[in-house]
Amino acid sequence: MRKVDFVIIGGGPAGLSAAHKAAEAGLSSVVIERDDKVGGQLVKQTHMFFGSKKQYAKTRGIDIANILIGHCKAHDDLIEIMTNTTVTGLYDDYILTLLTDDVYHKIEAKAILVASGASEKFMLFENNDLPGIYGAGAVQTLMNVYGVLPGEEVVMVGSGNIGLIVSYQLLQAGVRVKMVIEAASQIGGYKVHASKIKRLGVDILTNHTVKRAIGDDTLQKVEIVEVDDQWNMIEGTEKIIECDALCISVGLSPLSTILGMLPVKMKYVGKLGGNVPVIDYHHETTMNNIFVAGDVCGVEEASSAIVEGSIAGLFIANRLGYKHPEYEKEMNDLTQQLENLRSGPFGVKTVEGLRELRGENDV
Amino acid sequence: MFEKTGVPSEKLVKSRFPNERYLNSFKAITECYEEIPCNPCETSCPFDAIEVGIDINTPPRVDFDLCTGCGICVYSCPGLAIINVMLEDDDAIFRIPYEFLPIPEVGMKVKGVNRFGEDICDGEILKVKEGKLQDKTIVLTLKIPKEYLYDFVTIRRLT
Repeated sequence: MRKVDFVIIGGGPAGLSAAHKAAEAGLSSVVIERDDKVGGQLVKQTHMFFGSKKQYAKTRGIDIANILIGHCKAHDDLIEIMTNTTVTGLYDDYILTLLTDDVYHKIEAKAILVASGASEKFMLFENNDLPGIYGAGAVQTLMNVYGVLPGEEVVMVGSGNIGLIVSYQLLQAGVRVKMVIEAASQIGGYKVHASKIKRLGVDILTNHTVKRAIGDDTLQKVEIVEVDDQWNMIEGTEKIIECDALCISVGLSPLSTILGMLPVKMKYVGKLGGNVPVIDYHHETTMNNIFVAGDVCGVEEASSAIVEGSIAGLFIANRLGYKHPEYEKEMNDLTQQLENLRSGPFGVKTVEGLRELRGENDV
Repeated sequence: MFEKTGVPSEKLVKSRFPNERYLNSFKAITECYEEIPCNPCETSCPFDAIEVGIDINTPPRVDFDLCTGCGICVYSCPGLAIINVMLEDDDAIFRIPYEFLPIPEVGMKVKGVNRFGEDICDGEILKVKEGKLQDKTIVLTLKIPKEYLYDFVTIRRLT
């Protein structure tokens, strides 16, 4: 069986950043990616990113993906990227079973970083399986990766940053966005994104949700309804909206299922998006040399995933005997960046969630 | 209201404009009212006229004495939340970020749109800046009647 030092599960912003930092320290790694290319969700982000220079702010997501891939290519003597490969098993003797183009194989690692990202939440309503009803990620893949329009008239569900940004991208692609509906009483995402679509004529209806989808073979209409502040539907407020696409963007959950194969301690923390591994400040789980980074340990932005991956990469390299020449300086800087990204009102959820995860609220 | 619709109040909008006597040359108007972790406006300004500070969640503040109206912030803001404006006779001349096809041409008559997404006035494209620096966020310079100074925000997309 093939034996390596460091395996990274997931070639998104966290995984690529970890491989890069580890390589800078001299540690080799194998990045395992299920898709046919690395870059994760960044490859379908056509908008400019927020954050600061160190997380490539004002650069478009797709270009950030290329920067991160470039960093890894510059260390191609140390970083091996294995695409079209799914991790089918992860065992407590540090062996992973993999499937590459229908070929089953095994690999053993000294340290493993799980950077598997997150998956979209879905909604329960009548006829929610009609063709024409998409998750926001699917809409972005169709539109921004393959150049296929998801429909002509879209209703967007959810006003978080993804819902607002995808609405804007749909408008750019020439699709009519009929409205954005949001069950909460306030817009969830950044107001700059909301203002951007409002001035293009898209109304955001707060306190509204989907009651049912209507259509014979494909989506033709949706019935929306007002909800009160406890999210109870208010009878008599139903409205029928004609549309051929409904885009669901109601949040993400950490994609942490693979960790279920290991004896690592998990905890349900709503503020982090769902079931997450218990970790220390270096992103190590309760099992020695099993680490996590990015959305798998709490749903945030790509900017935080980049920083978390870098922290984990540095730390793991050090653990395996490869100390980065600027270890202390880099680690302090990255820790500071993460604090900075989370210090505003939009970071409160993550900060509180991490506290809950570490049991710091249990006194 | 802002939290429900995405439309800032008139008071909020005006809080980011300088006294009109500053507007004999272009000045940066930052329509960024919320604490979000972001600072490219500050780091891209060559004149240190925009300050965010160490806590990158702080909304930007513009020093209108230092702002030369160079326009770099217009395409550097990831939230497309910065415009430039100056007054000339009866016109307000705006620079706005624009990310739609087709790209307007110089001389074209366009419709001015307010923050509610409604047509409010006629305008004329004066300049179209599109290059490597703008990185696909085109900067349009256009003129509209001065009376819409605080209402205008973008143009109706061309079809």
